[in-house]
Amino acid sequence: MNLRLYIWQRISAMVMAPLVLAHLAGMIYAIQGGLSAAEILSRTQGNPWWGAFYGLFVLAVSIHAAIGLRVIAGEHSNLSRGALDVLMWAFGLASLGLGLRAVVAVVGI
Amino acid sequence: MTDDHSETAPEIMKVSVWRGGPGGGGFSDYDVPRQPSQTILDVVTWIQRNAEPKLTYRFACRVGMCGSCAMMVNGRPRWTCRTHVRKVLDQGRIEIAPLRNLPVIKDLAADMTEFFRKWTRAEGHFHPTKTRDDGIVPVKPDDPRRLAASAGIECINCAVCYAACDVVEGNKDYLGPAALNRAWTLINDERDGGRLARLKAVSQSGGCHSCHSQAGCAEHCPNELNPTLSIAGLKQATFKAALKGEI
Repeated sequence: MNLRLYIWQRISAMVMAPLVLAHLAGMIYAIQGGLSAAEILSRTQGNPWWGAFYGLFVLAVSIHAAIGLRVIAGEHSNLSRGALDVLMWAFGLASLGLGLRAVVAVVGI
Repeated sequence: MTDDHSETAPEIMKVSVWRGGPGGGGFSDYDVPRQPSQTILDVVTWIQRNAEPKLTYRFACRVGMCGSCAMMVNGRPRWTCRTHVRKVLDQGRIEIAPLRNLPVIKDLAADMTEFFRKWTRAEGHFHPTKTRDDGIVPVKPDDPRRLAASAGIECINCAVCYAACDVVEGNKDYLGPAALNRAWTLINDERDGGRLARLKAVSQSGGCHSCHSQAGCAEHCPNELNPTLSIAGLKQATFKAALKGEI
């Protein structure tokens, strides 16, 4: 990993840390009263704040995980730097695409 | 206790020594007599003098100052001159091998070329800023930078940390704990003028940002240095320098 990737990974981690806590707190809160999926969706549908929250979450996770995967793949294979970059971008964009698709489904934009 | 040759210890121990070269090799077994205050270096020397004259190994000072006798002892990198047999004898057996993560020249002698080349890559040399005509730069012993430099300055280049590092094993490009620790001590040297060049050097692929902070280096360093902490300092310094646009 070089400095540029390191900075991206650290910044994405800083963004993720409070979002993970808020996500866990939200999940625990939501199930306390026995909310069903339909009831949860009724609260998230059309709410731009949840869209922004999970949109940012998905973006940070995609960046963070893709860089981390690049490091692990580099240490456990003989892939060239170019191949590692392709792997990183492919995984990151796929994660971002799938994650944003889920966000759209939850928020219903 | 001054005499480690206790009554319960076996008189003869089984010692497995790796023998071979760059093309490969394997372990050979030797019966070595126990002696009082015996070190692993004593064991290797006994084998060479009494059982296997062609056994190749490296040592110099024998007192933990030169850093040339490090080997793998029962799977852990150690200074053999400062490792007593009684500390590592496992059911009457000891296994001795060349340092991990380095090519083998022959038997127990590892090739240190790449290790020292990485010191150069990490700008591990002093960049002078004064001439002999200039005055001496005052350095306060309690200055935070001096304290940071002093914390890592006692490295004697033995490569124990390099052999202990799992990141080096997985990433041959990684500079390793010793070179990065050296870079950190120079970053904190008031007299040195190579800060930015050094920060750039340790920010390349395989630089300080490849460290996973597993602290194997700190765990195994015979001088009880903490290269992981030095590397964390480098990560912070490079991050700040990048945000300022310096590197």
